[in-house]
Amino acid sequence: MVDAPAQNGDSHQIADDDVAMAGTNGDEKKDLKDIKLEDLFADGDSDEEFPSTRNDETDNPLALSPVTNGNGISSSDPELLRMFYQRLFPFRYLFQWLNHSPTPTNDFGHREFALTINDVSNNEIYLRYQSYPTADLIRKDIVSKLPSRFEIGPVYTTNPRDRKTLRNQNSFKPLAKELCFDIDLTDYDGIRTCCDKANICVKCWQFMTMAIKVIDTALRDDFGFKHIMWVYSGRRGVHAWVCDKKARVMDDQKRKAIAGYLEVIRGGSQSGKKVNLWRPLHPHLSRSLEILAPHFQEDVLETQDPWAESDRAEHLLSLLPDKTLNESLRKKWASSPGRASTSKWADIDALAKSGASKGLDTRALLEAKQDIVLEYTYPRLDIEVSKKLNHLLKSPFVVHPGTGRVCVPIDTNRLDEFNPMAVPTVQELLSEIDDWAGPAPGGKTPADWEKTNLKPYIEQFRSFVLALMRDEHDPKIKREREENEGMDF
Amino acid sequence: MLRQDFNRSDPKRRVLADHRKKQFAAPTYHETEYHHRLNFYATPPTADITLEQFEQWAIDRLRILAELEACSFRNKSLTETASHMKPLLEKYLLLQPNSSSSSKLFEERQKDHYSHFILRLAFASTEDLRRRFSRVETMLFRLRLNDESPRDRDAFIQSINLDCEQVTEDERNKYRDELAALTSSKKGVEEEVTWVKVDWEKVPDLVESRRVFVKAGKAYVPSKEQSSMVIAEFTKRLDRALDLTARALPRLDEDDRLTPILNHLSKNFITPDASYVGSSSSVSGADISARNIDTLSAQFPLCMQNLHRTLRRDAHLKHFGRLQYSLFLKGIGLNLEECLIFWRSAFHKITDDTFNKEYRYNVRHVYGDVGGDSNRRGGGYSPFSCQKILTEHPPGPGEAHGCPYRHFSLENLTTLLQGVGITDRSVLNGVKEDKESQKFHMACNRVFEHVHKNEIKRAKDESIMTSAQLETIIHPNEYFKRSYLLKNLGKTNSEDIKMEDS
Ligand SMILES: [Zn+2]
Repeated sequence: MVDAPAQNGDSHQIADDDVAMAGTNGDEKKDLKDIKLEDLFADGDSDEEFPSTRNDETDNPLALSPVTNGNGISSSDPELLRMFYQRLFPFRYLFQWLNHSPTPTNDFGHREFALTINDVSNNEIYLRYQSYPTADLIRKDIVSKLPSRFEIGPVYTTNPRDRKTLRNQNSFKPLAKELCFDIDLTDYDGIRTCCDKANICVKCWQFMTMAIKVIDTALRDDFGFKHIMWVYSGRRGVHAWVCDKKARVMDDQKRKAIAGYLEVIRGGSQSGKKVNLWRPLHPHLSRSLEILAPHFQEDVLETQDPWAESDRAEHLLSLLPDKTLNESLRKKWASSPGRASTSKWADIDALAKSGASKGLDTRALLEAKQDIVLEYTYPRLDIEVSKKLNHLLKSPFVVHPGTGRVCVPIDTNRLDEFNPMAVPTVQELLSEIDDWAGPAPGGKTPADWEKTNLKPYIEQFRSFVLALMRDEHDPKIKREREENEGMDF
Repeated sequence: MLRQDFNRSDPKRRVLADHRKKQFAAPTYHETEYHHRLNFYATPPTADITLEQFEQWAIDRLRILAELEACSFRNKSLTETASHMKPLLEKYLLLQPNSSSSSKLFEERQKDHYSHFILRLAFASTEDLRRRFSRVETMLFRLRLNDESPRDRDAFIQSINLDCEQVTEDERNKYRDELAALTSSKKGVEEEVTWVKVDWEKVPDLVESRRVFVKAGKAYVPSKEQSSMVIAEFTKRLDRALDLTARALPRLDEDDRLTPILNHLSKNFITPDASYVGSSSSVSGADISARNIDTLSAQFPLCMQNLHRTLRRDAHLKHFGRLQYSLFLKGIGLNLEECLIFWRSAFHKITDDTFNKEYRYNVRHVYGDVGGDSNRRGGGYSPFSCQKILTEHPPGPGEAHGCPYRHFSLENLTTLLQGVGITDRSVLNGVKEDKESQKFHMACNRVFEHVHKNEIKRAKDESIMTSAQLETIIHPNEYFKRSYLLKNLGKTNSEDIKMEDS
């Protein structure tokens, strides 16, 4: 049925060709056959995508003719991609990350990859159900196909490439995948004032910082997950990969449970109040409120100044419970146009204390204010990504075709320092290799990535992967780690 | 009907016994005892029954399950479902408590036990049937568990082996505030609460709705929520058993006389969603064409009117909106060519090239014109039922799909209703109450009845439609069909307005 991502064993998803064309023109031979209904409805506007999270570029009408970056070379230029994949992309760590062991297992071999390739006439071709036995083979294939990006899907019961040869097609089922989260700044357009659509700046990036803190804390403290990697999506969002074995083997019901536990902001553009919570607040919510309160003061009230204009201030009033108090506030604000949000927020309590409304329910007011803080700070998750075991998500370290930036992991220990505008672009990285001055006298020649600003990110990824493998109790890790010193990818 | 007794010398009887032997846990041939009214159905039945009993018991249970599913499609609350089901359960599947002095306890429980296992066989064959069977069996179990006396319930919970530990005094002190947040009511009345601790995976629904405290992978479950733990365990064990049954099914001999009965049973458990495939919901004599959609849209349910208005306003709809609306249009009988014309002209801000690249294929896929074999064979996808629209993919920012009665704020809903001409205060008030008590179908049907009150009266008076044809609408396409037919009562001859049963 239409909720196909839950039923990847369905024949309509696996019956036909691997090759799917995103821009078909009615030519029967080119029709996508192997695709879900939701894929088809995910197109060139700012919709969320299913099943894969590809919104970083598809909202851009120019996605098919990639943006050139500074020095005039397009980020999807085949030569640029070839150099990037050949010299910089950390295939070996990617392999170890998904394989959970240095020696090839089905965790990697039965894992689906989906490649997006631009053909000669610049049509996007989407290749699903690719799989590779080893790090070398995925590297070889990526270097020869030069996808503008690729995505990672679940581990299946059998090799995804063999799915059609199975006697019983129902036995082809997704078994495991990291629990994933996708948070995107476009979902904050109702509350950010600095930018909209695909644009971001350091001011609105703070929403991502808050989101990471809240979700990361809940995943670690409440659910006990340890191996959580946050990745910059290349333009205006972040992805989380929860890699603990317990998380990877969760079925859809459990994923949905975690997603629901974490979801607070609900409702579409017409739904009015977006936060509706039971009191007393659940421990997760009171803790989140504690984390978010300082951000609300600084990053929202001061920086975003969300209620400076009177129509936006009306939205604030619509969230407050006491009509009499609202009248007084409205009067006060009308007399000083453009009054800052910080002051307006303070006015609420000040007027409440001054007795502006006789029958004021102070508890209701406090709760409404908590709800407002949450509405303006609590993470807005693209929840579908987290609910389905077989949802595909863009791989870390691929290049965003629109910005040229690499999807690098984010160091949560130095979360406040992360600046998306400072993330290296593929063009910069390649020129850093060229500019490299040579080894120190007597020193050995480092790998290409070590000559560039990608170095700290790859090192961070490497330690993440090693910690993950150590927890999977594979005795071979130590030997492999020693062998790998100084190896290229 | 088959009326032959099974007896031990009957070879067919042995087929069944052998099959069970392989399929389920080791059968116990001593007489089954039923200590509890409730049953986790862990042990398959072994005593002989007649073929007639076999069939009748299964049909009785199926009646109950189908009715439960209908309750859920109509969005009835648990309490409403319970009172709706009470007389039916008494008639078809009575189960009395231990405290009852009835001499029929054994027979009742035996029938419950057997009928469950027979339907398990009947519904194990496909993933879809298994999922639905498990869902309605869980509903039935939930009703019975809620109905149980505390003493019997505790005794039953003791009898199943749930993997949970008591929360120690130390921990209760350590997490005093957190635990208090989950049990203290607003009024500040503290009740005596006992806490147990389980892996959070055991109680996913409690986690999802934040009704438990979660710490380091453990869920702390207060006493009032412990029954949902039992229910989750029931579902889990049933799902596992169904998978085992499915794997064992091929071993049932083809010529077994049970097979036709089982097939017949599963066919009678059809999905309400499937009833709108193809043209069964279209109306004869109507001009269903791209250029007529604006006119027809006045007969659409509010969800579709909202999509239509949004489309006209923005010359665009986001993808779930297009999906919901395209399927609906297909359901009212708009053919593929016309549907393509409709979308092409509606998206007037984009070029032909963009349309052909980005959208054309989607529409064709919906109609089963392209796509994998099974999509083509199935004629594409079925129009969404209310249940699906209400529960799946709630609209996010900027999206117009979903059910306005559910997904709009009251204020925006009222504005929309006034926008489509519903200004009657009592209707708007009724809608408000329906919305507040989460009876979204009721709100929609209330509006329908208001819009068509004269025609409905006439249709009833003149017996043009039976009351079954006028019962609660639970599908947008049914809404349109009925709306269109009622509006055109005088214009078409009686032959045309005869409704197909759906
Ligand atoms: Zn900004």
